[in-house]
Amino acid sequence: MTHERIHIHHGHIIDPASGVDAPGDLYIADGKIVSLNTAPDGFSADTEIDASNKIVCPGFIDLSARLREPGQEHKGTIASETRAAARSGITTLCCPPDTLPVIDTPAVADLIQNQARKAGYARVLPIGALTYRLQGDQLSEMAALKDAGCVGVGNALQPLLNTLVQRRSMEYAATHDLTVFLHSEDPSLRDAGTVHEGPVSARLGIPGIPEAAETVAVARDLALVACTGVRAHFCRLSTAHAIKMVARAQFDGLPVSADVSAHQLFLTDEDVATFDSNCHFRPPLRSSEDRDALRQGLCNGSIAAICSDHQPHENDAKEAPFPATEPGASTLETLLPLALRLQQSNTLGLSDVIALLTSGPGRIIGSSFGTLTPGSSADVCIFDPDYRWQLNEDTMLSRGHNTPFLNQEMIGLVTHTLLSGHLVYTHGG
Amino acid sequence: MYRVDQTISSGSLQVDHNGRLRHFLTIDGLSRELLTEILDAAESFSGVTEQSVKKVPLLRGRTIVNLFFESSTRTRTTFELAAKRLSADVLNISARTSATSKGETLLDTLRNLEAMHCDMFVVRHPDSGAAHFIARHAAKDVSVINAGDGHHAHPTQAMLDMFTIRRVKGSFDNLTVAIVGDILHSRVARSQIQALNTLGVKQVRIVGPKTLLPSDVSQLNVETSHNLLDGIRDADVIIMLRLQRERMRGALLPSEHEYFQLYGLTEDKLAHAKSDVTVMHPGPINRGVEMDTQVADGPRSVILEQVTHGIAVRMAVMSMAMRAAGGNP
Repeated sequence: MTHERIHIHHGHIIDPASGVDAPGDLYIADGKIVSLNTAPDGFSADTEIDASNKIVCPGFIDLSARLREPGQEHKGTIASETRAAARSGITTLCCPPDTLPVIDTPAVADLIQNQARKAGYARVLPIGALTYRLQGDQLSEMAALKDAGCVGVGNALQPLLNTLVQRRSMEYAATHDLTVFLHSEDPSLRDAGTVHEGPVSARLGIPGIPEAAETVAVARDLALVACTGVRAHFCRLSTAHAIKMVARAQFDGLPVSADVSAHQLFLTDEDVATFDSNCHFRPPLRSSEDRDALRQGLCNGSIAAICSDHQPHENDAKEAPFPATEPGASTLETLLPLALRLQQSNTLGLSDVIALLTSGPGRIIGSSFGTLTPGSSADVCIFDPDYRWQLNEDTMLSRGHNTPFLNQEMIGLVTHTLLSGHLVYTHGG
Repeated sequence: MYRVDQTISSGSLQVDHNGRLRHFLTIDGLSRELLTEILDAAESFSGVTEQSVKKVPLLRGRTIVNLFFESSTRTRTTFELAAKRLSADVLNISARTSATSKGETLLDTLRNLEAMHCDMFVVRHPDSGAAHFIARHAAKDVSVINAGDGHHAHPTQAMLDMFTIRRVKGSFDNLTVAIVGDILHSRVARSQIQALNTLGVKQVRIVGPKTLLPSDVSQLNVETSHNLLDGIRDADVIIMLRLQRERMRGALLPSEHEYFQLYGLTEDKLAHAKSDVTVMHPGPINRGVEMDTQVADGPRSVILEQVTHGIAVRMAVMSMAMRAAGGNP
């Protein structure tokens, strides 16, 4: 592919990493940002993009998206899901290691990145398995996984039962300067639960997952982070207490970060009350107090990123009585509109919202992506922050149509997405 | 593939636009008037069940499927009897012999039965929300009756208990009702609590150790007690729940012995309730675990009446739902 010279003009540029929040122009050449506002000497654009009344910002980085390939292509493929990502302004996706086979060898990590390159819609960065086959008893070849492009190692949705193995795996990850991505959940306390343990689970008689299933695991994980010195990232926290514990650890100087999935900021266990299987999530939708604490965590900086936690499913996976359905929703296409609701409700400023989708997650994976600083990769999202549209099945690009936000009004529409200087999505194009 | 709106509330799913009962899935969301209508209809059917010819032709030509994914003797039998006394044809399908054990999905099973033009499904299933799921996906003219789903609801059991209470006590006003035992895992208790509150009793109490009560009862409108004598003090009705043996394995209780010591109902303990207290149990009883044989067979027990009333109540619910679904044949 040849690299075009692109001039994006009359937009409002927001680049939280460099503190830019002003009207301006963007100049792109050779796949990189070459200049903000002033045209480089002798620059003649092959393509002009008019961004009047639009926001121009770095392409989004999603810390957790299941693309279902390899192994579950009936739910989605790297091509189908990265195409949905491109339309949503997401240029970098981190994929958890629970593919089939598991990302515990360089071969699987390579396969995923190659498929993404071939599709050409978005960059996919794998998260390697912390242990061999995610079985929790033998270390994975972390050095080789790092060489193969893994941005961290994690346990996906499989909690490590053995604390000694967890300690060792953290020590070994720290040896190789790898961040550990943790899904903190105590499997015994979760038991057969599928919803938040609270008034709604009591009324519906669906076995509940207590808050302690998360806090017990976070406490254990924090103790082991302190003992091993590993850099740890807590994925998709769902409870007020867990946020408080992580914030306290940050205050104490531990190298820990956290993210939250966008849907947890807007849904609660009350949304399960009609047995809507599209509201079956893991971790489960919690109480309104928890939801408010998650938003507060974004405001005070203890949570540095919003992820989609994208989990596309075939219809059958959701067509069963609630407890028998598979958890998760197809959420790439609602990431930006949901995040923008935080601005619309005056919870956060627009620049802060964009930081949670760009520089915040970028720092967590230690990458140079997520900024428009000259010299960085030209991953750009252009969106109209006021455009109203309705999410419906016919227009979703993800293979999974399982979302609790179906037929809802969304505000904010991506018009252009650039990946390394290539236009990978144009609205209506 | 077609899609179903999953966000319809159980109230609007159960009741048609004329306020008539379409499906009977849960007590939650139903009005006092509708529950009273069920009790009144059951009262008129109880006359039928006491005649020597115990049949009315209300559902002649209709096919009712008992679709049981969990074993049951009492509930299935009384549903079958109720259907037969309404002159319907009855088909019993139990999960062990059905195609679901061969990998057919619940939805496939439903579609196949619909293709055979069945008019009503009586469903028991181990997953909470299963009856809602089936009702949402069932054809327009098919009614669904919940015969127990997971820990969620068992509305016909609750209504036969309400029927029994009304017969014995006359009305629901000013009653104090204590429900004792494993509330956490009990679909019967959930439906009873909702029915008692909807019908306007003075107070519902739930009694048991913390391991067997929900951690947050704020949406249930009940008083909680961990002490049996406090819980049944001055009660008009005591409902004892069945204790499943597997609760001992799940570390919820140490032993049946200790449970009986603390929560088992004996004649001595019964003296703390009102002198005209009524003792109920949804059955089957574990004698010597939930209650003494003396209490179970004693003058205050209405346990066998509950079983008898089950038929009339189920006749009432079936005929009401069928009337709303397709009119009388």
